[in-house]
Amino acid sequence: MNGEWLQTGGAVEPLKQTPETVRAAGAYSFKNERKSVMNRLMPVLLMLCASVSIITTVGIVYTLVSETVLFFREVPIVEFLTGTRWSPLFEPRAFGILPLLAGTLLITIIACVVAMPIGLASAVYLSEYAPRRVRNIIKPILEVLAGVPTIVYGYFALSFMTPIVRAIFPETGIFNALSAGIVVGIMIIPMVTSLSEDAMNAVPKSLRDGAYALGATKFESALKIVLPAALSGIVASFVLAFSRAVGETMIVTVAAGATPNLTFNPLESIQTMTAYIVQVSLGDTQRGSIEYGSIFAVGMALFIITFLLNSIAQYVARKFREEY
Amino acid sequence: MSISMPMPASAATPARTARTLIEIDRLNLYYGDFHALKNVSLDIPERAVTAFIGPSGCGKSTLLRSLNRMNDLIPGTRIEGRIAIAGTDIYSPEVDVETLRKKVGMVFQQPNPFPKSIYDNVAYGPRLHGIRKKSRLDEIVESSLKAAALWDEVKDHLKRSALSLSGGQQQRLCIARALAVEPDILLMDEATSALDPISTLKIEELVQQLKDRYTIVMVTHNMHQAARVSNQTVFFLNGEVVESADTEQLFAGPSDSRTEDYISGRFG
Repeated sequence: MNGEWLQTGGAVEPLKQTPETVRAAGAYSFKNERKSVMNRLMPVLLMLCASVSIITTVGIVYTLVSETVLFFREVPIVEFLTGTRWSPLFEPRAFGILPLLAGTLLITIIACVVAMPIGLASAVYLSEYAPRRVRNIIKPILEVLAGVPTIVYGYFALSFMTPIVRAIFPETGIFNALSAGIVVGIMIIPMVTSLSEDAMNAVPKSLRDGAYALGATKFESALKIVLPAALSGIVASFVLAFSRAVGETMIVTVAAGATPNLTFNPLESIQTMTAYIVQVSLGDTQRGSIEYGSIFAVGMALFIITFLLNSIAQYVARKFREEY
Repeated sequence: MSISMPMPASAATPARTARTLIEIDRLNLYYGDFHALKNVSLDIPERAVTAFIGPSGCGKSTLLRSLNRMNDLIPGTRIEGRIAIAGTDIYSPEVDVETLRKKVGMVFQQPNPFPKSIYDNVAYGPRLHGIRKKSRLDEIVESSLKAAALWDEVKDHLKRSALSLSGGQQQRLCIARALAVEPDILLMDEATSALDPISTLKIEELVQQLKDRYTIVMVTHNMHQAARVSNQTVFFLNGEVVESADTEQLFAGPSDSRTEDYISGRFG
């Protein structure tokens, strides 16, 4: 491997540069007056659009905080956080958020028990097994499922899921945490599937080939190579789904009941934080009253929980990203 | 085992008798409508290095990937003819693909270590095939890394991520990973084409050591490499085997004019 590779064989004409420089200002003018105004205006316009959501967030936080502060002038924050009875509308009044928190948690746990295994299994199927044609059909359907209005899911829970649950457990009330939780789970399956599938799809084919070449079956390669490599995306999808279940409103308002109830029995009627906010918002509560303030305090608690969860999801996705 | 010899003198050990391990008989392979391998017949000797050379798209990688049935994973692949390893037709229905691939290891063009520790990369295969005992796994990891000439460089940080290794080390790790499941045959699909010259040299030295124990089939588009490390060279063109001969003979006096044009650099 010596110079012979570089020989041109005389096909290229040799070039000799003269010391003169080309100077002809007219022909080489690079100005364009018309564009300069647009170029300065566009970034400002785009920035205004981008700031809409930030300004909105600031506004929401301001409203929540100011009303919450007013509420905590009348109800001690310790009672709010540790009280085990929530009865803001009827005497004797009590403002302990734990029953609402328990209701929310119960729904969320049921939903996750339903959604995570099914969502993940669907993702494994779609990314590792499904022929391209099947995948091209199922993925859009999943995305449509994610777009179904939640009120529709709510009535699905009440009119379809509840009778099934009551047929199995006859002591179940019309409104119960179980059927609402299952349907919230069904609602978040597409989210788990779609995000996990994206994460698994991003795992390079060369890693799967490496596993197959060692005698791994498809399932072994999916379980021991692809899943671990996609773990950060999968965990992030779980946390986001959890957060989505915490914030879910219509399904639980319709199907889970309106009984603040410090219980973990899924067959009982409960009330979640979101459902409570709906209940008071729809009622004839007076602005400035203590009940009115309470929905902001609950809203604030909800905001903090989902904010924390979303931060965790982002952190996990960044921190545990496997380089491949 | 000098590998700095100029071509076309082959570094292969003096001619020795070798039994045929892999018999390929009138093999035709199609990707959909594309006829990728045309009536290929070839004998590959045991415990020796066979190199497949030829321009891009000539079918050399396709044939290599037929030997451990990696082509099965590509939809629309159709195969006719016969490939027998030690007398067994590997495309017959009673052959278990996973067992076949355990016996016919493969190293790819781009190093593809799993995003796991060095130890877990090597132990992945043995664990897959049911070895659970820690002491046994330790032994396998050590002997495989030694066989791949990587042990001395990594023995103090086996828990470190395989991705922290250099490209050449990663490729030797992939070789160790392949050796850990005790294959008889090692397929190398342009295994050095993504590596720098020093790393390439190390892999070539390694191949020389491994051929005493393994049957090695390598695809390369580097003719110098084929001349340096292989015992037998097969020249492919447009899906056909043009010439298959003892390496020294093929480079010194090719019998087909197309082979001569290719190895003298007139095309490809």
